[in-house]
Amino acid sequence: MGMFASMRRAAVAAGIAAGMAAAAPAWSQETIKIGVLHSLSGTMAISETTLKDTVLMMVDDLNKHGGLLGKKVEAVVVDPASNWPLFAEKARELLTKDKVAAVFGCWTSVSRKSVLPVFEELNGLLFYPVQYEGEESSNNVFYTGAAPNQQAIPAVEYLMSAEGGSVKRWVLEGTDYVYPRTTNKILEAFLKSKGVAADDIRINYTPFGFSDWQTEVAAIKQFASAGKKTAVVSTINGDANVPFYKELANAGVKASDIPVVAFSVGEEELAGIDTKNLVGHLAAWNYFESVKNPTNAAFIKEWHEFIKNPKRVTNDPMEATYIGFKMWTHAVEQAGTTDVNAVRQAMYGQKVKAPSGFTAVMNTNHHLSKPVMIGEIRPDGQFDVVWQTKEAIKADAWSPYLAEDKGKVADWTYPWVCGNCTAPKYAEN
Amino acid sequence: MFARLCRIAALAGLLLGAAAAARADEFATIVAGFAGGGFAAKEQAIVALGRLGDPRAVPVLQALGDDRLRAAPDGRIVIVDTAGGTTRYADAATGQDIAGLDPDSLDRIIVNNRLRGDIEAALGALTLFSTDRGQRLAAAADALKHPSADTAKLLERALAAERDAEVREALQRALAAARLFAGTKDEQLAAIRTLGAATDPQIKNLLDRYRDRPDLDRERRAAADAALAAMARRLQLTGLAANLFQGLSLGSILLLAAIGLAITFGVMGVINMAHGEMIMLGAYVAYVTQQAFIALLPPGWLDAYLAAAVPLAFLAAGLLGIALERCLIRHLYGRPLETLLATWGVSLILQQAVRSIFGSPNKAVANPGWMTGGFDAVGGFTVTWNRVYIIVFCFAVLGALALILNRTGFGLHMRAVTQNREMAAAMGIRTARVDALTFGLGSGIAGMAGVALSQIGNVSPNLGQIYIVDSFLVVVFGGVGNLLGTLVGALSLGVVNKFLEPVAGAILGKIVVLVAIILFIQRRPRGLFALKGRTAEAEG
Repeated sequence: MGMFASMRRAAVAAGIAAGMAAAAPAWSQETIKIGVLHSLSGTMAISETTLKDTVLMMVDDLNKHGGLLGKKVEAVVVDPASNWPLFAEKARELLTKDKVAAVFGCWTSVSRKSVLPVFEELNGLLFYPVQYEGEESSNNVFYTGAAPNQQAIPAVEYLMSAEGGSVKRWVLEGTDYVYPRTTNKILEAFLKSKGVAADDIRINYTPFGFSDWQTEVAAIKQFASAGKKTAVVSTINGDANVPFYKELANAGVKASDIPVVAFSVGEEELAGIDTKNLVGHLAAWNYFESVKNPTNAAFIKEWHEFIKNPKRVTNDPMEATYIGFKMWTHAVEQAGTTDVNAVRQAMYGQKVKAPSGFTAVMNTNHHLSKPVMIGEIRPDGQFDVVWQTKEAIKADAWSPYLAEDKGKVADWTYPWVCGNCTAPKYAEN
Repeated sequence: MFARLCRIAALAGLLLGAAAAARADEFATIVAGFAGGGFAAKEQAIVALGRLGDPRAVPVLQALGDDRLRAAPDGRIVIVDTAGGTTRYADAATGQDIAGLDPDSLDRIIVNNRLRGDIEAALGALTLFSTDRGQRLAAAADALKHPSADTAKLLERALAAERDAEVREALQRALAAARLFAGTKDEQLAAIRTLGAATDPQIKNLLDRYRDRPDLDRERRAAADAALAAMARRLQLTGLAANLFQGLSLGSILLLAAIGLAITFGVMGVINMAHGEMIMLGAYVAYVTQQAFIALLPPGWLDAYLAAAVPLAFLAAGLLGIALERCLIRHLYGRPLETLLATWGVSLILQQAVRSIFGSPNKAVANPGWMTGGFDAVGGFTVTWNRVYIIVFCFAVLGALALILNRTGFGLHMRAVTQNREMAAAMGIRTARVDALTFGLGSGIAGMAGVALSQIGNVSPNLGQIYIVDSFLVVVFGGVGNLLGTLVGALSLGVVNKFLEPVAGAILGKIVVLVAIILFIQRRPRGLFALKGRTAEAEG
């Protein structure tokens, strides 16, 4: 035994390795792990399951094309079950136990707020793909969804314009939690800055999963009968949308009379509603599935092949996940490592040709530059884009319309290096 | 028909003073303008079609509004008609059928809300003289929405030709609204009288604006004030009626969700946390039935799917309930805590099973035609059909259940077993069989409730979670073991909720109701209608 046997073992091992190399790309032994932190059960499973599948599709595609830095990428999927404290627990598990290089996850703002301290404490990297209320910029999070100035403000401006119907009276209708409350605060300040009287703004909140919309729809009709063109700005989230739209349709509220513009209703949500009577109601996003360009066509095709169902739709948070994932892989290639500090530096200025047909750019405030599109619901549950910005809009982490945000800067490059300050961290000499 | 054409031709002639032949060409030119171009060009074309007053414009504008207008590669504008299962293509300019068109080569001509408003207005002017009564009524309602001096003449002519009483009334109001701001003083006073008779927030706002005009003399202002005060009183009454109906509707939904629980929890004493999932299963049965109807039957049958879904949901949920009782719950009688945990486990299993089979996104369950929309009851308050039918359905279910309990042998056995199990068994009643059937009945009713609830809300795996808390609330508040208590409990909760909501808002309203119920239960632990007699003592 001894020498000879071990040589023979080595030869056999080499033979096997060679055989495997012929069949598949020559993977290095270790893999790069990434975490997927989306609810697969509970209330939010309805939206978040799709994003988990999107990340898996991107990983699949990446590995087919040779992986990252010569290594295979492995997705670690956990289920925080729509339970906010569990999000923090699972995030800690991903960062300390699985030692993932980056995490793609969260939907609701409260889940993001729950994991934020964990990512900051352990210096992790979170890619957050959903439109949100802004007012945040963490060194450990890249926000690939829209900030209010990339969704809410342009939508309201569109409705104010002659093309959007010259709306003069506003109902701000939201579910009672942090995203609608903050967005409506910004919108109210914005509307007042445009000379809208307080009498012409009605703000109302309803609980999560609210299902009896009779009183509110009647109140909206009453509010709209004042002889001024009225629109509803909806930040209603999740399950409450279906009964809301059903009540609107049955109460005879047509989009040409009282248009409803929603910030949380996309193709996926419409798949659960009978859209025949909702034609013309609006949504504001940075991407619609109906957009025509080669990147989007390839994205949709890849999705249908991956999910093995040609009827599944794509939506804005999926596109944001796509952009975030692509940017992370490019940044890792550029940095030559998955080290968080190096990747973060490489992220700034990263450009990705997005399915929206525009080039998305990562800014030093950890938010994207993206186009804004307004879509009207059509009978088949898709959207017609009726208005869009000419170029990508840079996200504001802090709203210029809120008095308390005055002078706040989010810039993670020298000399500022902060997400929430009014003076640079490093003073110039 | 011929007379109408003449009238429209005369009207068009008046408006344009153009010759008929020239009009034909103009019509084709305007229609061709829909191809390409932005929304502004399309808007001009729509307005021009409305001005032209040509009846051929009606199908074109309707197709444009319904997303059925296409641009062919050769520049022709095509109307797509899919009525009756086959797709027909017609040239919009000539109205003639086109054969052998490749559907993929056609470009959609899209509109936005502003254009939809223009289409409505243009169609309104064109359809004021339509032969269809509904179209004329809609046109009159549109005219009321946009009162202007221009439309007054048109409305006068329409009123002169109108025979139908309801349309006449709508036209008179629209005409009065148009004259209110543009007519002579006498016309204005007459308009105030006509409009003052209406009960409609829209008209009230119109009069409000009129009253605030600085140039009004005392007589007209007094007339407007009197009309407004009278209308405000009537609107207050209709507001009350609206609240009452909404409360009744919410109550009927709570009642439907709770009836099944009133049996499994109220009568049998099983703390059934899986009750909500039985409702959810019923809603999914409605979805599956709808899909089966779409796939297997001709389109005309689709409206009947709901009628088939109700018994199917009853059977599916009922059988599952029986299985649940036989396999699990019967081993846990008398152990409420274990029952609670076990049924809660079952509810999680059912939720995840449905999520695995159907996927987590919501499923679309459409209202059948007869349940879509609503009618304007009075004063701008719309009564929606789906809610009316749910109220009727809810009381039908409750009535049938009361009959079963009080008039059938099974009902007698059921009451006997729940009141005194040993005695019932001694009398030869097969108590195990009665238990299983009772649980099945409660679950089946929950399934039927699910079909009804699919008509107003989500169909998702979480559906049951929305209703489970409210269901327990209703049963406990009404008095455990008492159907009448459940009825009164559900309806009073619904009405109180709806009267609180406009004042306190949905969130505060809910909190107030919850606190009130907690206090009430402190005072009367057995609920509104406490059972008296032996059972109550035995339980106590």
